[in-house]
Amino acid sequence: MTASDTQSPTDATDGRPQADHADRAKTLVQRIADLRAWLFLLALILGFEVWARVSFGGTFILNPFNLQSIAVFAVAPLLLATGQTFVIISGGIDLSLGFIMGLAAVVAAHAINALTPGFGMPTAVLLGFLIAVLVAAIPGTINGLLVSRLRVPPFIGTLGMFGVARGVAFLLAGGTTVPVSNSFFAMIGNGRFMSVPYIVIITAIFVLIMHYLLSQTRFGQHNYAIGANVQAARRAGIDIKSHLLRLYILSACCAGLGGVLYSARFNAGAAQAGEPLLLDSVAAVVIGGASLFGGSGTIIGTVAGAFVIAVIQYGLVFVNVEPFWQFISVGVVIIISVLIDQAQRRFSGGRQDE
Amino acid sequence: MSSVTPLLEVSSLSKHFGAVRALHDVSMKVHPGEVVALAGDNGAGKTTLIKAISGVFRPTSGEVKLKGEPVSFTTPQEARDKGIETIYQDLALADNLTIGGNIFLGREPMRRAFGFLPVLDRKKMADAARTTMAMLDFHVSRTEAPVSNFSGGQRQAVAIGRAVYWDAQVLIMDEPTAALGVPEQRKVISLIKQLKTQGRGVIFISHNLQDIFAVSDRIIVLRRGVMAGERKISETTHDEVVKLMVGG
Repeated sequence: MTASDTQSPTDATDGRPQADHADRAKTLVQRIADLRAWLFLLALILGFEVWARVSFGGTFILNPFNLQSIAVFAVAPLLLATGQTFVIISGGIDLSLGFIMGLAAVVAAHAINALTPGFGMPTAVLLGFLIAVLVAAIPGTINGLLVSRLRVPPFIGTLGMFGVARGVAFLLAGGTTVPVSNSFFAMIGNGRFMSVPYIVIITAIFVLIMHYLLSQTRFGQHNYAIGANVQAARRAGIDIKSHLLRLYILSACCAGLGGVLYSARFNAGAAQAGEPLLLDSVAAVVIGGASLFGGSGTIIGTVAGAFVIAVIQYGLVFVNVEPFWQFISVGVVIIISVLIDQAQRRFSGGRQDE
Repeated sequence: MSSVTPLLEVSSLSKHFGAVRALHDVSMKVHPGEVVALAGDNGAGKTTLIKAISGVFRPTSGEVKLKGEPVSFTTPQEARDKGIETIYQDLALADNLTIGGNIFLGREPMRRAFGFLPVLDRKKMADAARTTMAMLDFHVSRTEAPVSNFSGGQRQAVAIGRAVYWDAQVLIMDEPTAALGVPEQRKVISLIKQLKTQGRGVIFISHNLQDIFAVSDRIIVLRRGVMAGERKISETTHDEVVKLMVGG
């Protein structure tokens, strides 16, 4: 079979050349929308800077202590949001992440306490870390099986796991917090390298790996395709079931890492560690530019989204505003963010048919 | 023409669902560079026929030969690997991916960054998108734009481009013009003509007789699961085809 690829000049004129509309599609609106999380962040930082200078004559962002605190503050929500980004891009949602984080925090505390006498401090921390992440992977696996094999809607399946993980975590913790006696673990949680906290460094490396996974690998590419059009992905031969299973295990492991770093920071495991962070994680993903309908979103956007929330929460405390304003501010940012997203779709989404 | 081995040969294919004979004793051939139209009223068995050819389900009896070799597919994936690609009415594109991303969906090329880190080879995907789409006379300058930015006809071209890139020999197109405006329909017709000049075989399902007469070489009319007739386009008329379809 040799197809005659030699096109005669007459062929080329026969079908008229088609204009490439994509050239014009990337409007200014779209560019702004793509960067909105970073613009929010910039505006917030400038706003707090001005506020701080006017009311106290001090600086907000140029104070290294503030930077450190914001970064430490952002660690756990960012880890949850990283896993959540993958799930939301696929068109799902993972509501169980907050309590999977709590579960991992409690398991890490118990495991490190139990292993420290036998293995010594650093080895016990390493083993405890692995055990906690593996235990976190169990509810992730169940979530994945529910969503992929049994076709339970992610919202419901992970809501069920939200309750299960919560109960198990509190049972394991005996209804209280579990203190850890391991100074190496405390050092990881509170030490610094060149004034950057270790947990911030660990989180940064992990988030970078997740960015690579989402933007540069087949797994990431398939995740976007599934979020946009499951049928298309299936017809292209992608194994949807195994992808979804791995996806929910991945997000649970992100929460597991968050739990371990939480215990390290506070030197104790608590079942409620991630309770307030679940919705923050969804908010960070949405502020970062993802659509809850699936198919769009980036890790870089989510990082910006997580920092927007962290800066609002820390900044309002810093300028001495009643803490309840945090909820209002984050809520307003979420709404504005979604409005920008919709405006962008209206401007650029209308395909220009000839 | 009869001396050449047909690309695709279907002999007395039947598909029964329980007592329902969805398709009974249908035979057809597609030669290289030939466009065969499949026409018939709703429920005539067109979709059943292409599903049996493309591996969605196994025929109850009968034989499918690809380039003279008997084949039997259990999944659409197997049929695609052998060079039979179905282009669905609803396109099956991931709107948020680029043309290259869609062409390579499920079999993305990888390269090694810094000599060790496997990453998606976006350059290869973009290059393939550009050259493949140029073969279909669709010149893409912005290869990083998602396909949602393109018009309906252009997206149809992307779906066809994917089949062309993976060297599909037989393209089955189910109502490729149904969801399009008139100028876009013309574009798809010219795409099908391109496929013809490249020596591929096309099975073209349509309700639109005008499109069928514009592009096909032969027409096969099905009625209630059986062959109502087969005509060369040059030797038939709209009226005759309509009579075959309704059984007048």
